[in-house]
Amino acid sequence: MIAETGHYALILALGVAILQTVLPLWGTRTRDFELMGIAAPAAQMQFLLIALAFGALMTAYVTSDFSLANVWQNSAASKPLLYKISGVWGNHEGSMVLWVLILALFGAAVASFGSNLPAELRANVLAVQGSIGVAFLLFIITTSNPFVRLDPAPLDGNGLNPVLQDPALAFHPPFLYAGYVGFSMAFSFAVAALIDGRIDVAWARWVRPWTLAAWMCLTLGIAMGSWWAYYELGWGGFWFWDPVENASFMPWLAGTALLHSALVMEKRDALKVWTLLLAIITFSLSLMGTFLVRSGVLTSVHAFAVDPARGAFILGIMGVFIGGALALFAWRAPLLKQGGIFAPISREGALVLNNLLLTTACAAVFVGTLYPLLLESLTGEKISVGAPFFNLTFAPLIVPLLIVLPFGPMLAWKRGDALAAAQRLAAAAAIALLIAVVCLAAMQRGPWLAPFGIGLGVWLIAGALTEIATRVKLFEVGVTEVWRRLQSLPRSAFGTMLAHGGLGMCVIGIVATTAWREEQILALKPGETADIAGYHLTFDGVAPRQGPNYRERVGLFSIMRNGAAVASLEPSKREFTVERNATTEAGIHVSWRGDLYVVLGDALKDGAYSVRIYFNPLVRFIWLGAVVMFIGGAVSLSDRRLRVGAPKRALARAVAAKAAG
Amino acid sequence: MRHILSCFMVAAVLTVAAPAFAVQPDEVLPDPALEARARAISSGLRCLVCQNQSIDDSDAPLARDLRILVRDRLKAGDSDDEIIDFVVARYGEFVLLKPRFEPHTLLLWLATPAVGIAAIAILVLAARRRKNQTNQAVPLSESEKRRLKKLLGKA
Repeated sequence: MIAETGHYALILALGVAILQTVLPLWGTRTRDFELMGIAAPAAQMQFLLIALAFGALMTAYVTSDFSLANVWQNSAASKPLLYKISGVWGNHEGSMVLWVLILALFGAAVASFGSNLPAELRANVLAVQGSIGVAFLLFIITTSNPFVRLDPAPLDGNGLNPVLQDPALAFHPPFLYAGYVGFSMAFSFAVAALIDGRIDVAWARWVRPWTLAAWMCLTLGIAMGSWWAYYELGWGGFWFWDPVENASFMPWLAGTALLHSALVMEKRDALKVWTLLLAIITFSLSLMGTFLVRSGVLTSVHAFAVDPARGAFILGIMGVFIGGALALFAWRAPLLKQGGIFAPISREGALVLNNLLLTTACAAVFVGTLYPLLLESLTGEKISVGAPFFNLTFAPLIVPLLIVLPFGPMLAWKRGDALAAAQRLAAAAAIALLIAVVCLAAMQRGPWLAPFGIGLGVWLIAGALTEIATRVKLFEVGVTEVWRRLQSLPRSAFGTMLAHGGLGMCVIGIVATTAWREEQILALKPGETADIAGYHLTFDGVAPRQGPNYRERVGLFSIMRNGAAVASLEPSKREFTVERNATTEAGIHVSWRGDLYVVLGDALKDGAYSVRIYFNPLVRFIWLGAVVMFIGGAVSLSDRRLRVGAPKRALARAVAAKAAG
Repeated sequence: MRHILSCFMVAAVLTVAAPAFAVQPDEVLPDPALEARARAISSGLRCLVCQNQSIDDSDAPLARDLRILVRDRLKAGDSDDEIIDFVVARYGEFVLLKPRFEPHTLLLWLATPAVGIAAIAILVLAARRRKNQTNQAVPLSESEKRRLKKLLGKA
């Protein structure tokens, strides 16, 4: 009954979404404010209905209702509650419901908090958002219905893929989707502006918070995925340039560019046309990501035929939305007035360079990901494009970006002084260089470029701090004055500092762990020892153990450092009973220097076990940096000027205060 | 990641039949220089039964066979290029994680620089056009001048 309610709610949501698309659009054409006014309640209604459907599906998972085919395929009664919940989106159908739920959530948010938007813009935005909902709801109802019943109902389910039974991966998809789908907001605003033929500074002020929120979620989602791969896949890699990773990385690159170009548009009324195009591109890449992952086209071009209906449907959705938006862009964009002139060396100029390098880097990832698919489908020839290709094409674009990055915030709008910026950054450059030289001197083995990579990371962090120091006139005025200035700085300044500094931390982590990782592959018998990176490991043997829904063999290792016991690690091999699958759980000892990472392998002939031991220096900085970037986004989002509707309220307060005074 | 995942699943299933585990202790060559070369070569070769994973990272038995093959050739004194050519001759270009620069990969290698150059060209052209636009201020006509005077006079 609950499942049927969910199914019914989904169909109702489709109906509401159709109304949400058609009526407001008609209203803006006929200037009928009542029709336009339907958009907001329809968006809220659509969200409530999809939430109901999602809730129904979740109830079925939590109560292990195996009469639903979807629950039977992806859950089991013995599974821990967390993974029953995350099982909802651990499969194709459920994850698509989550997709539309987040889409509708963003729409409802605009409907609820967008009362200060111009009526036409709001109606158009919600109509476009509604049309995306229509497409995906149709997709779910016709090809991926999660509410299909089984009769008779089986006694127990097939269980969730064991590698997915993990806390980080439980929350990885919701964040990733919030990022993907969040960019739909920028897309809807862009298309609405094109329909309207009008775009102004207020538009950018509206789009930026949504884009920022989406970007934050995507950043965290990608970081979670990378962290999970690091500890779960058992060889300590954190990024593989895998097509599915690339599918999420492309919208991130384009979205980062969009954040920066929207800034130019908001502050200087320039780059309007480009910002619109970028908003369309960013969401198109999100759609493509969904398509690549969901259609199965990535496993092989031939896997497409496994479920041609789904792949073809999403391809159709992509064609309509991307093609339609780009056609609209080609038609309407020339009508938009260009504003804001600036010199090449200026804040705008720096942000244009940022966009140039980010979008070209995005193109590199795009080509590397899609070229093999294209080549195989056209000529049947199979090639592989892996990490070496991306290192060669992506890095030469990102390294210059990182080098010039600290200059950007130092330059004035319109016309900047590069020399003055360089002088202010001299201290930061000196620190970075010093640390690079120290690394170089302390190094016993190559690669000899790595210290400069570390220096680059330090340069980003020091540069980010320098910007704040310059703005509060540190060392120029007294402590109380610095404190006063620090308090009056807008929060977005700290947001920028944290985001850029966080990126620096990522760079340090990536460079250090790639360049100086230590590895030992050993056959150890119980009682034998190993030494790595100052740690002394003793292998105490292997013990069997029983988990909630798995059996495991645990390797017992005691770790000493400088003669003192620091940790005992228990890497294991898990056998999942229901799923009849195995996973490898690494034993990781975390410290600021880096991670000691131990993986237990199989039993060898003479009572020994194969054991891999890694030391990954500074590897935590990669994810810590991503978290700092996320926090930077949150701080920036809390800035009063960005807060939705805040300018109006602040103005009202000011007027009231004046009247009272 | 799904692919590494599915590869992992395949590998995990295969594990039951034949114990396997990326690089095994018994594969490691006694000569560290030779072993380093083996690692470098194998991290550029794709595991054929996995998705986008090098034979150096892979658990699959086929990857192990390839790793041992690479090490055997190294011991026999082959150069890195000879070994790679040998593997490509056997398994096709699909095993190379870095495709060779050849007619059918021309677009792959040149697309990114082309995008970059095109973007720069568009920027330069746009800047030049804007400069021309701002410089070509059309002087006021006589009637406009009179109107301006009138307006200013009134103000």
